[in-house]
Amino acid sequence: MKLDTSGLNSMVPLYGAEEDSEESILSVPSSFQLPRTTDFDGFQKKAVQMVKPAKGTTTLAFIFKEGVIVSADSRASMGGYISSQSVKKIIEINPYMLGTMAGGAADCQFWHRNLGIKCRLHELANKRRISVTGASKLLANILYSYRGMGLSIGTMIAGWDETGPGLYYVDAEGGRLKGKRFSVGSGSPYAYGVLDSGYRYDMTIEEAAELARRAIYHATFRDGASGGVASVYYVGPDGWKKLSGDDVGDLHYLYYPVTASPVDQEMSEIPVS
Amino acid sequence: MARYDRAITVFSPDGHLFQVEYALEAVRRGNAAVGVRGTDTVVLGVEKKSAPKLQDSRSVRKIVSLDDHIALACAGLKADARILINKARIECQSHKLTVEDPVTVEYITRYIAGLQQKYTQSGGVRPFGLSTLIIGFDPYNEKPALYQTDPSGTFSAWKANATGRNSNSTREFLEKNYKETSGQETVKLAIRALLEVVESGGKTIEIAVMTKEGLRQLEEAEIDALVAEIEAEKAAAEAAKKAPSKDAS
Repeated sequence: MKLDTSGLNSMVPLYGAEEDSEESILSVPSSFQLPRTTDFDGFQKKAVQMVKPAKGTTTLAFIFKEGVIVSADSRASMGGYISSQSVKKIIEINPYMLGTMAGGAADCQFWHRNLGIKCRLHELANKRRISVTGASKLLANILYSYRGMGLSIGTMIAGWDETGPGLYYVDAEGGRLKGKRFSVGSGSPYAYGVLDSGYRYDMTIEEAAELARRAIYHATFRDGASGGVASVYYVGPDGWKKLSGDDVGDLHYLYYPVTASPVDQEMSEIPVS
Repeated sequence: MARYDRAITVFSPDGHLFQVEYALEAVRRGNAAVGVRGTDTVVLGVEKKSAPKLQDSRSVRKIVSLDDHIALACAGLKADARILINKARIECQSHKLTVEDPVTVEYITRYIAGLQQKYTQSGGVRPFGLSTLIIGFDPYNEKPALYQTDPSGTFSAWKANATGRNSNSTREFLEKNYKETSGQETVKLAIRALLEVVESGGKTIEIAVMTKEGLRQLEEAEIDALVAEIEAEKAAAEAAKKAPSKDAS
């Protein structure tokens, strides 16, 4: 499939073109040298694994009665090295849509920003906001055209549009899923455990935020690649609002306060006779 | 002025694009078409030239649908219309694929007008020789819409409009007689406007009615019945005009 470079083009139309001409400015070469190896598929897999950063993070989002809750940790890791504890993993696409970051930070930031541009252009051209469905589809189509080229993005697009709350999962393999509950990243199994067992559709906003906070906390507790600050955002009919950002260390002592535990056997001085 | 109407992309000294104006002339020779918007209905009516005996009239449909909720009628070069309609139909589906939503009437009108404009600013092509009337309902809201485009690529929304043969007198009639109507009344207003310039009868008029349920092409018999109603109403109005003067005296 031809690369979708519409996000990178300037807005100048080509002269005299009524159909898209066969040769575009950025044409993909039609052949390339194959590597000299007997196991080409295995080689390709290894090459992809080499450039593909592991999605060391925990992000989650779910729809409930009042809207959508979006929550994420803030740790960036390079292998075993924690490169930052204060990464913003919830990206504000526009005042009523949020995207989460999992995978390559640069990839997520750039393409979310690009999506924000496209959403704004859609608004200006059509005099109405783009739907969450439409925005997620725009992103998924772009990512699909870059499939196999090493983009690493596992994102959730959450927002509120004419049809109510919307939540989609979009990844760099070109997958796009509509759903009510998602968690993405290396800490997602732990987050799912807490999220799935505590979820009810008719929660209040505070209850839902607390559920999200707990789920992120538990994921950061067990997953080494997640940590830092658990941020919680709420998306309602008037747009998104950041509800809280708590250090997960503080959350630990909040949920599991240290109590002086009685010692079973006290150490006493043995009188030396 | 002969030197300024060769290449389409050349302005004349007094700011005219002659090819575009000649295209508008082609529209003026085309069959009459009328569109009327009501509160819950929007209607297109087109003049049908009498068909040659051997022609299968079912293959000559003048009002076409671009999607389930959008229909189009045009005046001018019918062969050009076919190209525009095909491109618009593809765009309707392409829009559904990329944003999972049907097009709004304004969007597809803007697309068609954009195509018509492109052909006034490219080398080696001539403008499309047709004006279109586009009707439909936007998804998610129940409001009907009527738009018109022309060979220069401009478009605007209308409460009622006419194009093609004698469009000026039809438009005058509409301006005098337009009021917010609904349902059957909107259809009758469209037929009355068309009857100003076309001989009456189901054989010479094609009517399509769009409600939020979808498009419906009226049968000949239905049109004949409506025309008969309108004639009766006209006769009653004439009689009523004469009667008061009789009573007064």
